[in-house]
Amino acid sequence: MAELDQAHESYELGMHTEQLSGRTQQVFFSAEESDNLVYPWAPKVDFDKHAELDAESLDQQTVNAEIRRLMQEGFGTITVRNPGAKHSLGVGILNRVNLHFDGSLGYFGCGLLDGPNVTVSGRVGWSCGENMMAGTILIEKNGGSTFGAAIRGGDLVCKGDVGSRTGIDQKGGTIIVGGRAGAFSGFMMQRGRMVILGDAGKNLGDSMYDGTIYVGGKIADLGVDAVEGEMTDLDRDWLTRKLAQYGLEAPNGAENMTKIVSGKQLWNYDNLEPTEKKLVL
Amino acid sequence: MCGIAGLIHRGKSSNVGGELTAMLQALKHRGPDSTGFALYGNPSAGEHVLRFKVAEQEDMRHGFKIHDQVIERRAEVNRRLDELGARRISEEEATEYAFRYWIAFDGDMKKLADYVEDVEGAEILSIGNALELIKDLGDATVVSDQYGLGEFGGTHAIGHTRMATESDVDIRSAHPYWAYPFNDISVVHNGQLTNYWGFRREMERRGHRFMSNCDSELIAVYLADRVERGEDLEDAMRRSVDELDGVFTYVVATADKLGMAKDVMAAKPMVLYESEDFVALASEEVAIRSVFPHEIDTYDPYEGEVMVWQS
Repeated sequence: MAELDQAHESYELGMHTEQLSGRTQQVFFSAEESDNLVYPWAPKVDFDKHAELDAESLDQQTVNAEIRRLMQEGFGTITVRNPGAKHSLGVGILNRVNLHFDGSLGYFGCGLLDGPNVTVSGRVGWSCGENMMAGTILIEKNGGSTFGAAIRGGDLVCKGDVGSRTGIDQKGGTIIVGGRAGAFSGFMMQRGRMVILGDAGKNLGDSMYDGTIYVGGKIADLGVDAVEGEMTDLDRDWLTRKLAQYGLEAPNGAENMTKIVSGKQLWNYDNLEPTEKKLVL
Repeated sequence: MCGIAGLIHRGKSSNVGGELTAMLQALKHRGPDSTGFALYGNPSAGEHVLRFKVAEQEDMRHGFKIHDQVIERRAEVNRRLDELGARRISEEEATEYAFRYWIAFDGDMKKLADYVEDVEGAEILSIGNALELIKDLGDATVVSDQYGLGEFGGTHAIGHTRMATESDVDIRSAHPYWAYPFNDISVVHNGQLTNYWGFRREMERRGHRFMSNCDSELIAVYLADRVERGEDLEDAMRRSVDELDGVFTYVVATADKLGMAKDVMAAKPMVLYESEDFVALASEEVAIRSVFPHEIDTYDPYEGEVMVWQS
């Protein structure tokens, strides 16, 4: 299988040579070149330099602007006190930083992240971590619906329960739920992994194209084209290692989790022509 | 979009008018067109509070005639109440076009409601021993100030901030809806019902009346219909989750209960905070934080969930 790695496949498909038109662009990063892992405009921060911000009397735009100002000043560890469930806090951060929210976030918290390590001591509302590209978000309490919608990378972890449509349109990365996840979780999932340690609601993995969902509790029912897959040693090892990273354990052991994958009986991306595939992925 | 909220104190009264005003004001961004309150005060035996209007706020801006018509319509409502033997204990003008009466009446409430609403422009917002339903155009603070709700004492309340999508910006399309003709039942809703017309025709055939073209009114009428057929309110709510089609989260209140129901797709938000003596629920946590600014544990009810709390 060595000759069929992802890079090789994409070369085979001509994705590296064809000139793309319109606004679609592809940028290839090299893991060997560390400069490629951060945006050129990203502020250089010192993780030992700590700042605190009290959000109680600030509106959400001001809180976000203050976080940016502190990062520009080199603060690499920022604590936001009294976030008060305000919406859209901590969004669009495209650089490395340790960001801690001492309290709860409202809707659309920590969306569009690419790099930060975020912790939230309270709960989060709908659409936390939407479109996250890299980094980690760790939530101590519950999460709302559409948790991790369309995430592409990174780890999004909620130690409590989350609502419906968790990981809808997930395109990569890992979503971990310590408790229960609501209906339609994994709806139209395309890539990545989702781990639900508790029960999963109705229509789990409905119309998923690809990706893997692991469930520790009961599954109310599976959605269209979601099927049970075979747990392998690789799955078990990965689960054990990943959960331990966040101090979590599968209630009945990783070996007893249920693996859900796409049955690929629906019209899906595998039916696309290479040029179409390139445009939609 | 719309915002809905509710709160209930267990075993005690509080300033529910002020609390709900704060919650709804925090949800103003979800719907600035109109705001409505269903407040549950302390019921007095044998007396009903009748809230009604005889014109729309918009009507009052058009011409001089409407002011005379409002006076004539109110006089006709009074005459009809007297004719049916409803004793008017006291009367208040909440606005030029909306009124609050205390009445004593032990006759057929449906007949009374139908007879009053037969007056041109008249709509009963609520009749109840405990319920007072107030709705008008503007945000929560505007409506609360206009109707003097900031100090309203009671056990529980529900409210709504409306973003008009498929029906007019007027009072009759504003929430909450009273479950005509049943005392003390009111409903607020966030979402859209896709089998509205079919159910509406069925309800009309069964003798129920609709005052608006707003799909949310169907939930109140649906619950009233089920209660009229002898069903327990909570059972009726569970049935509604199966029978009503579309996306919805709604909150219902009775003289001593607060309940919520969510459709099976859970497409509309609801955040819940529950302590031993208090329950608050709202479309967004910021509304609950307007009453509890400190850190609290909240959660989202799940798809198809029905929950009811006693005051």
